[in-house]
Amino acid sequence: MWNLDSDRPIYVQLVEQLQVQIVSGRYQPGQKLPSVRELAAAAAVNPNTMQKAFAELEGSGLVITQSTNGRTVTEDSGLIQDTRKRMAMKRAELFFLGMKELGYTKEEAAALLKEEGDISLNRR
Amino acid sequence: MNELIEISGLTKAYDAQHVAVNNISLTLPRGKIIGLLGPNGSGKTTLIKMINGLLAPTQGIIRINGQNVGAATKAHVAYLPDRTYLAGGKRIREILDYFCDFYADFSREKALGMLRSLQIDPEARMNILSKGTKEKVQLILVMSRSADLYVLDEPIAGVDPAARDYILRTIINNYNPQASVIISTHLIGDIEQVLDEVIFMRYGYLVLYTSVDNIRAQHGKSVDAYFREVFAC
Repeated sequence: MWNLDSDRPIYVQLVEQLQVQIVSGRYQPGQKLPSVRELAAAAAVNPNTMQKAFAELEGSGLVITQSTNGRTVTEDSGLIQDTRKRMAMKRAELFFLGMKELGYTKEEAAALLKEEGDISLNRR
Repeated sequence: MNELIEISGLTKAYDAQHVAVNNISLTLPRGKIIGLLGPNGSGKTTLIKMINGLLAPTQGIIRINGQNVGAATKAHVAYLPDRTYLAGGKRIREILDYFCDFYADFSREKALGMLRSLQIDPEARMNILSKGTKEKVQLILVMSRSADLYVLDEPIAGVDPAARDYILRTIINNYNPQASVIISTHLIGDIEQVLDEVIFMRYGYLVLYTSVDNIRAQHGKSVDAYFREVFAC
């Protein structure tokens, strides 16, 4: 589940991976999250770094800290959907940049995406 | 009091030609896991021995919890030396007795729990254990103390990847916001994701003291890659 590259700040990568787990519904809205210590041990990272990642997620509102109940995922499904959309757009942007490098126009890249999408769906 | 260790103007000269640690000043906070990194002969072990009161500085001061290094600070510093110091003929259980007598902050239950989780028999004698198992036993002894400072000199050298993971997990699981851990190593890539901060030493000098994420953010590379660049011959 945790897969960290070696050249970017660790907490940034932890933020991204926790966001994926929230927007994908692996952690449901309102669900209690494991403790910093448990997550740090699972990811084999320093607890302070995991704490820093949580501070960022709290800042964006995706994670809520309740002093009595630890941390939970926000119940604001609009915020979760917005975050999901933003992450999807970022990935789409990277795809189009990569295709541009290969000399594809936007239209060609979009057509290829649709074609490949249909093939992948049929394979399933 | 947030500072755990205050080092100022610290120098150790074995003789005029051999200055192992050269005028280092450094303040280390609590609640951090800190890598002490540097090529062979950069002064890491000499610094560690002075923090543990095993070598006297030629000049300068080290304070731990505001106290000068001595019997009082040794009670709060747990040290894993870079070589075995336990008598080979002793059983692990006898060594636990010894640690109980010696250190007020040693928890036999914690040590037995960790030995059990690794399926190491407390009745085994040290000299029948493999190198990796011996290293694990020594780490367990050190981490079973409730110290303010843990100083681990090359804890992952010469153990297999599974043992290394266990050692790193043990360090993470024992994390305590009031205590700090100093780990000296040259195997940086294996441990950098558990470190908060790194100290780089070279020729006895302090080259750099910063956080792992700072290095990655500023230089766009791992501490391991950055270290190779800084210390390239």
